[in-house]
Amino acid sequence: MAEAKGFFTDTSVCIGCKACEVACKEWNELQGDPPAFLADSFDNTGKLDAANWRHVKFIENDAHLTASTTVGDGQAWLMMSDVCKHCQQASCAQVCPTNAIVRTEFDTVFIQQDVCNGCRNCISACPFGVIGFSEQTGTARKCTLCYDRLQNQMTPACAKVCPTQSIQFGNLSDLQSAADRRLAQLRQLGYSNAQLYGRDDTVYGGLNSFFLLMDKPAVYGLPTGESARLPSRNDVGGYLGVLIASALAVIGGIVALRRRREPAAPAPQPEPEPEPAATTAGGGDR
Amino acid sequence: MPLAVHYTQPPEWRWYILGYFLLAGLAGGAYLLGTLLRLFGRPSDQPASRLSFLLALPLTILCPVLLTIDLGQPSRFWHMMVDTGALGPGLNFAYLSPMSLGVWGLAAFGVCAALTFLEVLATDGRSYPGSRLVTWALGGWLGRIVNVVGSVLGLFVAGYTGVLLSVSNQPVWSDTYALGGLFLASGLSGAGALLILTAPWRRGAEASEDGLAGADGFFALLELAFLVVLFGTLAYAGQLTRTVGSPWFVLWAIVVLSLVPPLAGRFTSRLTVGSGGAAALTNVRVSAAATAVLVLVGMIAMRVAVLWSAQG
Repeated sequence: MAEAKGFFTDTSVCIGCKACEVACKEWNELQGDPPAFLADSFDNTGKLDAANWRHVKFIENDAHLTASTTVGDGQAWLMMSDVCKHCQQASCAQVCPTNAIVRTEFDTVFIQQDVCNGCRNCISACPFGVIGFSEQTGTARKCTLCYDRLQNQMTPACAKVCPTQSIQFGNLSDLQSAADRRLAQLRQLGYSNAQLYGRDDTVYGGLNSFFLLMDKPAVYGLPTGESARLPSRNDVGGYLGVLIASALAVIGGIVALRRRREPAAPAPQPEPEPEPAATTAGGGDR
Repeated sequence: MPLAVHYTQPPEWRWYILGYFLLAGLAGGAYLLGTLLRLFGRPSDQPASRLSFLLALPLTILCPVLLTIDLGQPSRFWHMMVDTGALGPGLNFAYLSPMSLGVWGLAAFGVCAALTFLEVLATDGRSYPGSRLVTWALGGWLGRIVNVVGSVLGLFVAGYTGVLLSVSNQPVWSDTYALGGLFLASGLSGAGALLILTAPWRRGAEASEDGLAGADGFFALLELAFLVVLFGTLAYAGQLTRTVGSPWFVLWAIVVLSLVPPLAGRFTSRLTVGSGGAAALTNVRVSAAATAVLVLVGMIAMRVAVLWSAQG
């Protein structure tokens, strides 16, 4: 197995140029969605889905718009190139019934397109809203971390074109070291809110695609703590509910249906009138 | 359950999945009721038991049809069971994935439902190739074992659909453990109502309406208990407004309304009508049928509310 690869996305230097989105679509032949005015800052992509594997978020952080805010301090207007996190403990892979979602030799999470049957269970499980269903292919799709490029010792398209090195690609251990250095640098400069997301194993066992954020993860729409849990947390509780309901239902059913008094035979009628079939309760089976 | 914030996207499970959840509940419930009537009922309950088994198989057959149609690649439905990818070849059995377990459970339940269906046909005197062999093999203790195993599988099929929703990161679904038990109780209640509705089509089956009505009252009570747990857990997770807000409160009102007649014992079973009671008997039947329809509508409404409210 090759050394684990990943992305380190440093949002402090993202300028929102969307070159990553374009390069991703071009290399992976993604059509994208029809252009739309979303009235959401400079965002007209909307979200990650089957046709958008990179999405630059523009977050106008009103909470930091104070008199003391200076232009370019990296907090009032946040930008972040979002992507599949390639989780060490991947929720999507956990629920996939076809084993279409696998870890590659580069330790990335990959949906085998010839195996996926489009059940969409992974979409319901992904806590980041990364995976989308493609009407074109009838399958679930997401960032492959340019698996085909990795197999040919090439850098993923988005990292290749990023003009500010906000998206860095490489061996995971090297990226983690670089992230630690960058965080220390920012802290020294007084950015106390700067933090790494997914660098350690607190979020889904660690993310191969991790981030340096300039504010709390929730500001970027990223789950933490109790919001970042695996779908399997509900397996035991869910089945226990079924088990309890089953036991009670069987007991209740037996109590209700156990040998009851046979219905009385119909009294002989003075005049032999044809009775509706239903009155012959307890009659013979057909 | 701790408060959780969700950043997920909906899987867009709509009408086909709704149909599947409905039929799975009815099929599993019908099979269980058939077994209970056969093993614990009185001799006059046997027509209703047979009717249950005759209903269970067609309902079960429709389940994989709906599931397959809902797939993005229907021709790959068998990938649920056979690994054709990098980790294969081999059988797929992802024990943490209710969808994977459900496929196997549904297949195994289908075998039991089919065997019992054939046994009922054969013992009914319907002749088909191998019917004598089926009567010989399944007419006795082996058939009863199939009934018990099939009932366990039927309970699983009726209930796991709720667990499938919970084992996700979707709002509402993943914020409660109650969906499995709720779907199961609702499925059983619906199956009882379906039997009461269809009983007039099979001679003698109406004799079991009193027992079915009693069982349905209990199932409705069970459903009510799981509803309370559902709303409680969702309130704790901060998702109650999303679930019961507009327009979903209308559907929940129907669900609650559909529980009232079975709980009040309004599924009448008092068919011993005195002299000149034909008209009264007809009224009683209409009332029972209307109640059964209401229960089935409630069953649909509950699943629509759960499926749609979470997916926005």
